Amino acid sequence: MATKAIVGEKVGMTQVWDDQNRLVPVTVVRVEPCRVVQVKTTEHDGYAALQVTYGQVKATRLNQPEAGHFRRAQVDAGKRLVELRVDDVSAYQVGQELRVDILTPGEHVDVTAVSRGKGFTGVMKRHNFKGQGASHGNHKHHRAPGSIGACATPSRVFKGTRMAGRVGHQKVTTLNLQIVQADAERDLLLIRGAVPGPRGGVVLIRGAVKKDAS
Amino acid sequence: MNPTDLVDQSSLRDDIPPFAPGDTLKVHVRVVEGSRERVQVFQGVVIRRQGAGVRETFTVRKVSFGVGVERTFPVHSPIIARVEPVTQGDVRRAKLYYLRDRIGKAAKIKEKRAAR
Repeated sequence: MATKAIVGEKVGMTQVWDDQNRLVPVTVVRVEPCRVVQVKTTEHDGYAALQVTYGQVKATRLNQPEAGHFRRAQVDAGKRLVELRVDDVSAYQVGQELRVDILTPGEHVDVTAVSRGKGFTGVMKRHNFKGQGASHGNHKHHRAPGSIGACATPSRVFKGTRMAGRVGHQKVTTLNLQIVQADAERDLLLIRGAVPGPRGGVVLIRGAVKKDAS
Repeated sequence: MNPTDLVDQSSLRDDIPPFAPGDTLKVHVRVVEGSRERVQVFQGVVIRRQGAGVRETFTVRKVSFGVGVERTFPVHSPIIARVEPVTQGDVRRAKLYYLRDRIGKAAKIKEKRAAR
């Protein structure tokens, strides 16, 4: 598991020049200061995690259980409650503030978010099938999958046969993205490359787990 | 305003003079050779300007030893040391791709006359 983690909202993509004048594609993530609301430990909760919130929300927008939860932690209520799974939670306390500067440029991170929903799509988009010919007598079957199996033997369609269906709106993790800049003044994080999800989507950023510690 | 404008602001350059397709430019390009850096001049006609913000690019065409050479630069690229306008061209379109099919005198662009 990761040693550090933080949550943000995707702003969009742009480009910057690095110190060697090369163009770098970056995703901008707004990482507002996160307040720890609850520290979950293995002994007490069965797993180690930090429950954090960020941003501000009007008191009238909270229901009673939420309001009580924040009141008990003595933390200002935020937009969302997010759990960050980290190895060691002993260094964290309730009320502590996490900022974007826990990450340094050059560091590698894994980014998790819910991908864009594409709705119900055909097999060409979903499984990269080739589709069928535009001509040669084809009639209204240009994007159809073709055969999905044999006839009387086995007289059924095998499980797992790739067909049309819903695509996207899944939890997706992109591994080993590099931090380009962590701007604590403007609460912005610049990550090299693309990050899953739509603009405004919630993005979890954790230290890379499959990269050698550096 | 785009939400990423805040980040782009620091990359934008304000020292690039205004120029348009048809203009002849001298683009002073920083070239890194090993450890030392020198400036190379690329002179030619702007045949295209496209994009906006940090993504904006322009293409300069010149004919070098009988071979047409086109180079595309991001307007705000730090490798551009300086942009020096030479002449202003009088052209009727925004993309001057027709110059690629012309050679010699036919590829000449009328110079814009100063407004009276």
